[in-house]
Amino acid sequence: MTALDAEGLRAATGIAEPYLRIENVWKAFGDFVALRDVSLDIERGEFICFLGPSGCGKTTLLRAVAGLDPQSRGTIRQGGRDISDMPASQRDYGIVFQSYALFPNLTIAKNIAFGLENTRRPRAEISARVDELLDLVGLPEQADKYPAQLSGGQQQRIALARAIAINPGLLLLDEPLSALDAKVRVHLRHEIKELQRKLGVTTIMVTHDQEEALSMADRIAVMNQGVIEQVGTPTEIYRHPATLFVADFIGETNRIETTHTGGAVRVGHAVLQTETHGLRDGQAVVMVVRPEDVLPHAVGYEAEMKPNQLPVDIADMEFLGSYWRAHLNNPEFANTPLVANFSINAVRRFGLASGTRMTVEIPPERLLVFPREGVA
Amino acid sequence: MTDAATLPPGRTTRLKLDRDGVIKRGLMLVIAAYLFAALALPLYAMLSKSFVTYSFDLTRYEFQVSDETGTIWSDPVSAADLNARLDLFDPDDLRTSTNGRLAVTGFFPEFSFRSPVKYRLRGTVADAPYLVGLDLQNSTEWREFDGNTFRRVNLRPVATAGLQNYRAYFTNPTLLSSIGNSVFIATVSTVLTVTAAFGFAYALNRSCMQFKGAFRLIAMMPILVPSLLPGIALIYLFGNQGLLKSLLMGQSIYGPLGIVIGSIFFTFPHALIIISTALSISDQRQYEAAESLRASKWRTFWTVTIPSARYGLISAAFVTFTLVITDFGLPKVIGGQYNVLAIDIYKQVIGQQNFEMGAVVSVVLLIPAVIAFAVDRIVQKKQVSLLSARSVPYQPRPNRRFDMAMLGWCSLVALFIVGIIGICQFAALVKFWPYDLSFSLRNYEFDRMDGGGWAAYFNSLRMAALTAVVGTVIVFTGAYVVEKIDGFRLGRAGFQFLAMLPMAIPGMVLGLAYIFFFNDPENPLNFVYGTMAILVISTVTHFYTVGHLTALTALKQIDAEFEPVASSLRAPFWRLFARVTVPVCLPSILDISIYLFVNAMTTVSAVVFLYSTHTALASVAVLNMDDAGDVAPAAAMGMMIFYTNAAARMLHAAASRGLLRRTQAWRLR
Ligand SMILES: Nc1ncnc2c1ncn2[C@@H]1O[C@H](COP(=O)(O)OP(=O)(O)O)[C@@H](O)[C@H]1O
Ligand SMILES: [Mg+2]
Repeated sequence: MTALDAEGLRAATGIAEPYLRIENVWKAFGDFVALRDVSLDIERGEFICFLGPSGCGKTTLLRAVAGLDPQSRGTIRQGGRDISDMPASQRDYGIVFQSYALFPNLTIAKNIAFGLENTRRPRAEISARVDELLDLVGLPEQADKYPAQLSGGQQQRIALARAIAINPGLLLLDEPLSALDAKVRVHLRHEIKELQRKLGVTTIMVTHDQEEALSMADRIAVMNQGVIEQVGTPTEIYRHPATLFVADFIGETNRIETTHTGGAVRVGHAVLQTETHGLRDGQAVVMVVRPEDVLPHAVGYEAEMKPNQLPVDIADMEFLGSYWRAHLNNPEFANTPLVANFSINAVRRFGLASGTRMTVEIPPERLLVFPREGVA
Repeated sequence: MTDAATLPPGRTTRLKLDRDGVIKRGLMLVIAAYLFAALALPLYAMLSKSFVTYSFDLTRYEFQVSDETGTIWSDPVSAADLNARLDLFDPDDLRTSTNGRLAVTGFFPEFSFRSPVKYRLRGTVADAPYLVGLDLQNSTEWREFDGNTFRRVNLRPVATAGLQNYRAYFTNPTLLSSIGNSVFIATVSTVLTVTAAFGFAYALNRSCMQFKGAFRLIAMMPILVPSLLPGIALIYLFGNQGLLKSLLMGQSIYGPLGIVIGSIFFTFPHALIIISTALSISDQRQYEAAESLRASKWRTFWTVTIPSARYGLISAAFVTFTLVITDFGLPKVIGGQYNVLAIDIYKQVIGQQNFEMGAVVSVVLLIPAVIAFAVDRIVQKKQVSLLSARSVPYQPRPNRRFDMAMLGWCSLVALFIVGIIGICQFAALVKFWPYDLSFSLRNYEFDRMDGGGWAAYFNSLRMAALTAVVGTVIVFTGAYVVEKIDGFRLGRAGFQFLAMLPMAIPGMVLGLAYIFFFNDPENPLNFVYGTMAILVISTVTHFYTVGHLTALTALKQIDAEFEPVASSLRAPFWRLFARVTVPVCLPSILDISIYLFVNAMTTVSAVVFLYSTHTALASVAVLNMDDAGDVAPAAAMGMMIFYTNAAARMLHAAASRGLLRRTQAWRLR
């Protein structure tokens, strides 16, 4: 279910509120403001990622939700209850840390059972539940081992099993994959996502890895310096970044500083039209284009360039397996190099190579324009 | 405050306390209360005592005298006037201690208790205490006495706060000379000990000499005996009837010489541990670099070895200096007429009952100890940051000449240590040194001597066991509170300060502070005075800091995320504590308990003020038997402490190994 559906449903019924509602949350450490008026709604069953560079406040927000280090201002509601000042032990969540935080002197089974043992369930029931969880995370044989005897990826799965053992309403993951090597990481991404879908548990994952966020999340909250810059689905975030920061942080970009006039920006003699609205004439802007949005149009310069077409020279080309990366020089715009990803097909079809003169096209809907900060 | 500038207006969110939070805060309060009652308040009592002087204030009293009929009264006259008229007391004569009494009949030379003359006395101000018999009076109303009662009237001193005690101290050349003496022996001992320990540590870490294990073991032996034991050995060797007295060529062992030699003995292991740690963390790569630059061995030593070990050396020097300057047992046994600060405290308190002056000397002794403590803390912090995770430990290569030289040095030191203990053992086992060297166990029949007998030994055992158990619980819980409770920042910082403080407090000072605090009849804790409890409390407190640091180190190595995970699983913190924290820290917990046990067996300085006849201790018995001239039994008792501690250490080693094997299987992959 997407946020939009839920919003519509709520509007229609006028009752239910989102499962987790973060409202105007601030957090200060002494003079330093780590969270600045953060608000966010999370729907039941949703997988949301807090994404942003290191130090932007992701963990701080997560810890506020967990009741480990409370927000300074603002309210947090979960499942219709105000949990703003509720201690961690009375909230309803399971948590997994980057360090796994498995108890080293307890066996895997005892680790997983740690939370179950408070519930005064009979021993047999606990043990059955532990087996079930070990099956669920795909490690049925490891019950009697100690954490140090497992690999990092296995340990992280045990930590996950321990966190979901008590059927929490909310699952919090703080950089759960960053301590693992690349291959395990990709594999585990998939497994966590699968598990989350199967259990339907509302999940917040903190990460600084955009690929991880794009591949796992239903929605992403991109954070920067204590504020949420944008919330949206992975494609929204990628296709329609709301701010220059988001555009820059997610995916690769070419950035060219220029000015805006009448729905278009000028690069040398070329005029590039844009669908970005709300810009003044003469406003200083940054134009942002992703490498895959620079499309090959023709070999050689067109006699008469149409809008959104640019004459370029291929300075050099690298083969990156599934596509070619080309560095393009444009004699017209002061040699600002432009990076483009060309498909293998296109390269073959146009016969592109280093030194080729060609015309490229940047469709208006792919041309992102943002006001330049600090310049009127 | 700052919030207002950066945050929107409103109240800062505070989490409600859950049951865990309440219990944790309760725990913190209990331990803080312990440290307050066992440390802060006694020290405060001592400090304030050092500023208090007692004197008779004669201006506060007025007399009237009747004629023979007892009906016609003279004009009121103040005691000060009478004193001036009769020229009785100088202001100095009026200075006294808390217990001072001044008979009023002295102001009336013609007084006779048979005479029918009557007397009246009143205070002119509210605080004018006097005794009628044992009855304390304090009144501005006239009271009338017949001659017979009047002779039982005594004025009591009043307390005034001021620097008089300090003035008296700093104008007393005998007392003042102790400062110089203390600094002198501490400095000399420090230089010699650190040099010897450096050589030893260098051999252990940087050579391929043989028998390293045995040397390590021997070097730690002095920790197992009271600091005064080497004094006894030295008396046997170089004392008036000493075997090797002639070697001293007329010098006396009683005095600085004996103190310094004995101090080297008992401080050696402490210096060695610190320096050895510093040397063991040096980086092989630096030496390889030096070698590739073709630096000579000598230059490498001065440009690489010494600088990288400098923090260890500084730290060892300060620790040694503090140990020596605050030590009491050794100067007591072998100091002769040579006065040092720790002895002065003892003499002022036990000999002259001048508690206030004892407090002044204590404050003086605190100064070098506190400075040494501060420097040590700073240096320790720097040393930690030297440790880089990527440094490669130094691997010594065999070098025959060098290894033999190192072996020689270590053998010399080992001989010294084993020799001292051996002499004591020998002296304890012979009939009458040096005249009848046949063996006998008579010296172990402690019940025939004064000093507490075998009961003292068993008291010590009990005290050490209690200290180990109670102390470990308190220390570990305290460290847990500091390290693992979130929030409450200020309280925790204060707590941490209190936990570090004992390291800077010499045992004598702590003991004296306990007298002031616990012996005060108005203190509700007065009941522990004279009991086993006060000995345990003082010992736990005296040795608190090292245990605290050990526990902190262990707790810091535990993942900080365990507590959040446990509370997310809604498991109460004590389950985490019992099932994870304590088991993981078990090796450190055992270390703390053996440390407390051994020190409780050997300590003299704090408890010497606090034991009572039924809580006499072995270490104090050594001191007292030596004082009474029963030197051989003193040596025998010293050896009892040695056997006990050695056995305890072995038990500890076996227990640690067993526990590790049984419960810590998870440490092995
Ligand atoms: N306990 C703390 N005290 C002071 N500053 C903190 C504390 N915790 C985090 N910060 C600061 O707050 C900012 C956000 O931290 P964090 O939320 O951990 O970032 P991240 O997005 O990498 O998880 C950082 O600048 C960090 O230095
Ligand atoms: Mg983080």
